[in-house]
Amino acid sequence: MAPKIPQQSPLQHSDTVATAGGIPQHAAHPTGWRRWVLTTNHKEIGTLYLIFSLTMFFVGGIFALVVRAELFQPGLQLVEPEFFNQMTTMHGLIMVFAAVMPAFTGLANWMIPLQIGAPDMALPRLNNFSFWLLPVSFTLLLSTLLMPGGGPNFGWTFYAPLSTTYAPSSTTFFILALHIAGISSILGAINIIATILNMRAPGMRLMDMPLFVWTWLITAFLLIAVMPVLAGVITMMLMDINFGTSFFDAGGGGDPVLFQHLFWFFGHPEVYIMILPAFGIVSAIIPTFARKPLFGYASMVYATAAIALLSFLVWAHHMFVVGLPLVAELFFMYSTMLIAVPTGVKIFNWVTTLFRGSISFESPMLFALAFVVLFTIGGFSGLMLAISPADFQYHDTYFVVAHFHYVLVPGAIFAIMAGVYYWLPKWTGHYPNETLAKWHFWFSVIGVNLTFFPMHFAGLAGMPRRIPDYALQFADFNFVSSIGAFFFGASQLLFVLVIVLCVRGGKKAPAKAWEGAVDLEWTVPSPAPLHTFETPPVFQSTDK
Amino acid sequence: MSSTGYYVPPTSRWPILGSLAIGLMMAGLGAQLVYGSATLLIVIGALSIIAVMTFWFRDVISESHLGLYDSQMDRSFRWGMGWFIFSEVMFFAAFFGALFYVRMFAIPWLGGEGAKGVSALLWPNFIAEWPLLNPPDTSVPSPEQVFSPWQLPLVNTLLLVTSSITLTISHEALKTGNRSLCRNWLAGTVLLGCCFIFIQGVEYYEAYQHYGITLEAGIFGSTFFILTGFHGVHVIIGTLILIVMLARVMRGHFEDSQHFAFEASCWYWHFVDVVWLGLFIFVYVV
Ligand code: HEM
Ligand SMILES: [Cu+2]
Repeated sequence: MAPKIPQQSPLQHSDTVATAGGIPQHAAHPTGWRRWVLTTNHKEIGTLYLIFSLTMFFVGGIFALVVRAELFQPGLQLVEPEFFNQMTTMHGLIMVFAAVMPAFTGLANWMIPLQIGAPDMALPRLNNFSFWLLPVSFTLLLSTLLMPGGGPNFGWTFYAPLSTTYAPSSTTFFILALHIAGISSILGAINIIATILNMRAPGMRLMDMPLFVWTWLITAFLLIAVMPVLAGVITMMLMDINFGTSFFDAGGGGDPVLFQHLFWFFGHPEVYIMILPAFGIVSAIIPTFARKPLFGYASMVYATAAIALLSFLVWAHHMFVVGLPLVAELFFMYSTMLIAVPTGVKIFNWVTTLFRGSISFESPMLFALAFVVLFTIGGFSGLMLAISPADFQYHDTYFVVAHFHYVLVPGAIFAIMAGVYYWLPKWTGHYPNETLAKWHFWFSVIGVNLTFFPMHFAGLAGMPRRIPDYALQFADFNFVSSIGAFFFGASQLLFVLVIVLCVRGGKKAPAKAWEGAVDLEWTVPSPAPLHTFETPPVFQSTDK
Repeated sequence: MSSTGYYVPPTSRWPILGSLAIGLMMAGLGAQLVYGSATLLIVIGALSIIAVMTFWFRDVISESHLGLYDSQMDRSFRWGMGWFIFSEVMFFAAFFGALFYVRMFAIPWLGGEGAKGVSALLWPNFIAEWPLLNPPDTSVPSPEQVFSPWQLPLVNTLLLVTSSITLTISHEALKTGNRSLCRNWLAGTVLLGCCFIFIQGVEYYEAYQHYGITLEAGIFGSTFFILTGFHGVHVIIGTLILIVMLARVMRGHFEDSQHFAFEASCWYWHFVDVVWLGLFIFVYVV
């Protein structure tokens, strides 16, 4: 897509105090900590989200490294199995709810108003509320590690009755922490939908919106649809644990499998919540550096919508082995395979956008290209898992771990990094150090594949997931994985270095930081002033 | 779309204080449930949440009175409230889903039906039925009998349906500027809401005292209380909201053409009403 912004468009940018209709809009912006804590500004809140996410990325990363250190060699090496279980659980929870999701929300906060020509998010105070719930939630969650009996140890999917009858007493705190995180996500999503539907610059139709905005619109819908279901299921857990109900207890007429249905009705859309905004970022970066409009804009939008709708119909592909009726096995197998079609449309469109483009390989583009290739590998392993009879063998092995790490690390996380490198010039006014960024990229690509590729083989050979010890024949794969994990972890320090350097200085970036960039955010100065688009820009759409 | 500028509020301390208040209350709740000694923390947390909400909404109301909100802001509120209600719908959907799953699959399978008949091996004497008066495991307390839908539940249904009508009349009166009519019908709605809550309380009392329907009484008690309980909480919240609206109407707030707070309260109330109809049918009647 290529909206043409008329060169003489009456954009107004100012970081001075503006007045509208005689009302002082934002007099004297406070400084120091109050500026960050009390802010209602979408850019500052976006920054808070991103910093929070990066911090938690390292916290979750350290937990993962504990796991990999233990698995470096067969036999029980470093930690007690009990603690090992807490580490796998916390790693998953933190990465999903505190690293990946807030990172996308942070990017949404920063970029959606800029990309649609809005002065801010639709509900700015609510926006700050959504953010500050997160540190509260995850302080509570992390504190469970210090409680008697330890933290959650039942995996990030917290299946009942492991998480009810047999759980440590801190589980109640885990549930309450997750409730807070859920409120944060729902309010954040409501805000994003309201912003997109109500705050677009005059003249910008839905089908003119950049794909990052589109994918977030659909993601926000998914969030509002499934986070309450998560809230419901953890409430039932809370009741089973503390009030003697029998939702997940067959002895009282309930069913532990009910837990899995409810959880995955949330959980599968949740994985799309973590990938759709990534699709949006990649769909912005590839055309920019291929210097060609995105191929098949409309089909991208429809594919995203199709993926989101289908994601409500596939949840039981996580439950092929619990003993579903045959019709259910078949239904969920075929519906899952169906998702590969719209996903394939997207991959096709990205590749076709590259075809005959004048491509350059700056760091955002490198991450985006790696995304396309490596995410596709994850998609293919997903298809293998979707084959219900085959999944009887693969389920709960390292093959599943390999699958979802391919879609989440070089998928979601690479897209986030691509987005950070792409938009850093807009945020800071400086280009990131390209040499360091490229080192970061290559180290990450090598690290990711070293870590996760061998897991495919370990899994196909039958290595179960979430076990601190393993049979000798898996030793070599695990050895490589552990080395890769430490290598990947260490190279993320480079990421922090590049960001810090970029905030403090570097090559000055013009408003339009990348030659091929077209969207509205590139019409405001770099760094973007605190307040942008206070008078809505006039948007002239070009028919696609 | 307006070009005079969308109102972006200045810095505010309510979001951070609200988060901390929620954190306080949740920590208190957790400590109470796990260690049994944190009622004070819960009370402080709950009071701070209420205080923050009061101050926050006070700011919103005064901004609205200052004329800072344009029609675009109004639409933001509408989208926000609409999607919030959708999220509530999905929250209840989880509980209804659990009820349907248990009734249609879990219990028949426990009774030996279908492809999953193996689970019947655990409790060979278990007889699948709904309402489930004899949970599989005999150590689980069992309800003695269930409520007839045509007594208190029917009364409650009539109360809530009527309250939706009275609320609509009140809203129409507000739109035509007939303040006293608006006030009276709104007061009537609040009264109906209170009656509902009272009757629900009576029913809970009966459930525990005479029917053996308790939280512990197997899956029937679980689904009964989670559905009616969360619904009841929503009626209480809705009634409180309507009381605030009543106070505001009496203070002369709202304009004939612009009164979204009132409208949003109506949406919420109707939503709670619709949930009850679902409950009435699936928890009590069938
Ligand atoms: C073509 C698309 C995809 C297909 C067909 C697919 C299929 C599957 C299947 C069948 C499983 C269950 C395996 C098992 O437990 O035995 C699975 C697990 C998983 N998938 Fe995918 N998937 C796809 C894309 C994705 C994406 C895009 C993400 C996230 C960004 C994702 C994240 C996950 C996660 C996190 C799990 C494991 C959950 C757990 O048990 O801990 N998948 N996938
Ligand atoms: Cu899935």
